[in-house]
Amino acid sequence: MGGEVVSGGIGRSVRRPDGPDKVSGAFPYAGDLRVPGMLQARTLRSPHPRARIGRIDTAAARRLPGVAAVVTAADVPGVATYGLIVADQPVFAATEVRYAGEPVAAVAAVDAATARRALAAIEVDYEPLRPSTDPERVLAADAEPLHPAGNLFREIDIRHGEPGVDGPVVVEDHYVVGMQDQAFLAPEAALVSPAADGGVDLRVATQWLHSDREQLAACLGIPENLVRLTLAGVGGAFGGREDVTVQIHGALLARAAGAPVRIAYDRVESFLGHPHRHPARMWFRHTATADGELVSVQARLVMDGGAYASSSPAVLANAVTHAAGPYRVPHARLHGVVVRTNNPPCGAMRGFGVPQVTIGHEAQMDRLADALGLDPVELRARNAVRPGDVLPTGQVLGAPLPARELIQLVAARPLPPPPAADVTGLARPGGLPAAAEPGRVRRGVGYALAYKNLLFSEGMDDSSAARVRLDLTDDGTPRVRVHSACAEVGQGFVTIAGQIARTELGVEQVDLAPADTAVGSAGSTSASRQTWMSGGAVRGACVAVADRLLARVARAAGLPAEVVEAPRRTLRIAAGEIVGVEAGLRVRLADALAEGPIEADYTFHHRRTTALGADGQGDPHVAFAGAAHRAVVDVDIDLGLVRVVSMALAQDCGTVLNPLSLRGQVEGGTAQGLGLALMEELVTVDGVVTNPNFHDYLLPTIADVPDLDFVAVTEPQPDAPYGVKGVGEAPTCTAAPAIVAAIRAAVGRDLRRVPVRPQDLVDLPTRADVHTAGDASTA
Amino acid sequence: MTAVSADGLDAAAGGTDRGDAGVDGTGREKAGTDGTGRGEAETDGAGGGESYRLHVDGFLRTVSGAWIGDSLLTVLRDVLGVTAVKDACEQGRCGACSVLLDGRLAASCTVLAADADGSRVVTVAGLGGSGLTRAVRAMFLAEGAVQCGFCTPGFVVAVTDLLTRHPDADEEEIREALAGNICRCTGYGRIVAAVRAVQAERGILPPGDTPTPGDAPSRPDGG
Repeated sequence: MGGEVVSGGIGRSVRRPDGPDKVSGAFPYAGDLRVPGMLQARTLRSPHPRARIGRIDTAAARRLPGVAAVVTAADVPGVATYGLIVADQPVFAATEVRYAGEPVAAVAAVDAATARRALAAIEVDYEPLRPSTDPERVLAADAEPLHPAGNLFREIDIRHGEPGVDGPVVVEDHYVVGMQDQAFLAPEAALVSPAADGGVDLRVATQWLHSDREQLAACLGIPENLVRLTLAGVGGAFGGREDVTVQIHGALLARAAGAPVRIAYDRVESFLGHPHRHPARMWFRHTATADGELVSVQARLVMDGGAYASSSPAVLANAVTHAAGPYRVPHARLHGVVVRTNNPPCGAMRGFGVPQVTIGHEAQMDRLADALGLDPVELRARNAVRPGDVLPTGQVLGAPLPARELIQLVAARPLPPPPAADVTGLARPGGLPAAAEPGRVRRGVGYALAYKNLLFSEGMDDSSAARVRLDLTDDGTPRVRVHSACAEVGQGFVTIAGQIARTELGVEQVDLAPADTAVGSAGSTSASRQTWMSGGAVRGACVAVADRLLARVARAAGLPAEVVEAPRRTLRIAAGEIVGVEAGLRVRLADALAEGPIEADYTFHHRRTTALGADGQGDPHVAFAGAAHRAVVDVDIDLGLVRVVSMALAQDCGTVLNPLSLRGQVEGGTAQGLGLALMEELVTVDGVVTNPNFHDYLLPTIADVPDLDFVAVTEPQPDAPYGVKGVGEAPTCTAAPAIVAAIRAAVGRDLRRVPVRPQDLVDLPTRADVHTAGDASTA
Repeated sequence: MTAVSADGLDAAAGGTDRGDAGVDGTGREKAGTDGTGRGEAETDGAGGGESYRLHVDGFLRTVSGAWIGDSLLTVLRDVLGVTAVKDACEQGRCGACSVLLDGRLAASCTVLAADADGSRVVTVAGLGGSGLTRAVRAMFLAEGAVQCGFCTPGFVVAVTDLLTRHPDADEEEIREALAGNICRCTGYGRIVAAVRAVQAERGILPPGDTPTPGDAPSRPDGG
């Protein structure tokens, strides 16, 4: 080590430590785990969206050779229900099923084929009931309660400024957002082993080990310390692994069979097994002065939570508090409900309630610009929030939040050349199979600006713990071992944790212990929070280790304690040495560690927030990150096919710890927004998902997603470690509305739903479904 | 610095598990119908009696105990223990299970294993010796084309196949060739960059790499 700065520290595009195993195929994902003698599990799911269960007969299944265990609701020893926020979802349906796909029983057998045969041998007497699938009807006075807890998960009514104050220019409309799925590439999987102490050990792909543990222990009826989880390789998450899926079923089976159980979903079961992004029906009314200053915003949101609560209450809070967008709004009335239906449960997905309202408020800003004869960029810039502004919740916006700068930056990016007559098939809407006639292609440009809250909100202290140990390897080289329960789901925490440890301790070799429940909770890998929260925990633990190491060295050298105390600290760690210039001291790290390793724990907390009180007022969000996208699209006006020609993004990123990782996050977030705009929708008919597979649920491919022209604004966040901000969610919130705006500009139609389908762009006779009916009623 | 490790488990060996042929990781002696309508007709325990051989990553592996209708993906993962091949959709839609079958790119979930009797199957784990694959892996890492990594084995196979057949593919050809591989994390930008970096490192100047300057000014509405 030559210089003072150790290589691989913060600010560098350090490569992923798990990368070599991932490119070779050796990296073990949860679904790849095998142990001798393990059983294979499968889950029986209700085909009905709503039915009374008369009797469940598992006798024939149990008698099948090779079947080791069959479990139903009768076999849950502890609490019969679970849930992220409220435990309202049965581990297995006992008397009533509330959505198509709800688990009723599970089996473990010597192989997957036997397990499937056992499922077929389970007899369930269903008495189908009429499902309630219209979220706008389940709150009616005469609506039947679908659950003992009722049909309303949460209602929020934000009142800001004076009621009834309007500007002279008014735009209002309804908007609809469909049900998007996280569609992480590796389906749910866990390997669950019963332990001799009566406990259970899980290796599982999840976003939050400790939340899983809490729910598992409650349902198994055993203490939490007997439930031990270790993170297995996670193949993407995006919110879809926040809720328990395979965990409790696998544990019940493993304990019943007395043998390790592999429980893994296929793609269809994955679509049915985890909650999705909430579909939303939204009404907005914006008023402005004649010269384009927003006067008031009204919004009414109905979000479909499906059969069980999952994270619906928190998603609604995000949706309603962000419903006016990052704009200065003197007067607002923002109302939302999230309700129970017999549709599939909905919960966390990247953006967490914000992508839905962004579709609405950005469409409204464009309509307002039209009505005012103003450029849409100018209108946004004129009304963009600034730090110090009072948001509709009464929260005072903290710095930095460069909303105005973001929209202006993205608008200044060079535009792509206009569509050429000689472009080849792939570059035209429809690609090779259905390439458009060049003369029948229209181009459009659209913009969107949004902000997204960072970390958990509404008074929650979602702290993160980390343990750091500094010791010597067998050959005497200093080494840092970082232990955090942070779930690495692909986002790159494993990289960042190493960068932070190298920076703080000047040691190149950093080993990351497996994420598990042997260390304190790191909270969920969601809400754009892990770099800030678990990064802060790792940094805090490293600083504590450094303090103890310096104190040890000072003591050994007979130096006064103040040489290691702020603000007069004169000893420091630099590239493998402890250096005290004033004291003339220079000690090799290896020598200082010879008398033993140093270990420290640290728990990081963010600033306190408050719950929403009466009138939806409070200080609910820790901080925000802003983003602005510009989309350029070509539309085939005969077939209604869209090609996204280019995307530009300006984003408020805070301090950048790893430029390569940042780029990966914003490009991935943009692609998921593109999917929401154009193709991704789980379609339900009477509560039953009709397209739970990759043939019918369309995902953006490499041919659909253009290169991203990306500008990072890197103003540090004052209360975050190193000044970081979370970066993963904001671009998902803006990509979709920018693309929809560009399509509107291209075809001159009011588009009120996403995803935008070909039949929304050309006049084709379409089969009426629930969504088109919704459109028609609001047109 | 190590990542989350297998920690003593007999986990994904990434195709390095080259034990005795016929190892059946699942302990399946027989497989037959399961009556669940998944298209598994009564086979009268045919799996127990039939066996065939696959050339996988340069090794001759005997498959016994598999159902005759099992896909190549299922046999690779669940019978032969080659978990480097990923299972994400089982419909040939995502490319996570991509392999080379007698040198041609194939989604192993859409191929009957028994039909591959006598064919040469190369998975991501078996591509190791080639300089091109080494470059593809290195550039996937250097350019940030890996996040969760679940699609990566399939992409490495598909990119190796593309650059073998078409070393100077331009960007449009790259996007066309890789459109059968889904990545949910990266948004593909770094994957395109990785492919271009491999081409650059190998001294191939891809045609049409630079945008044409001097085009007519673009209009916001495009007309």
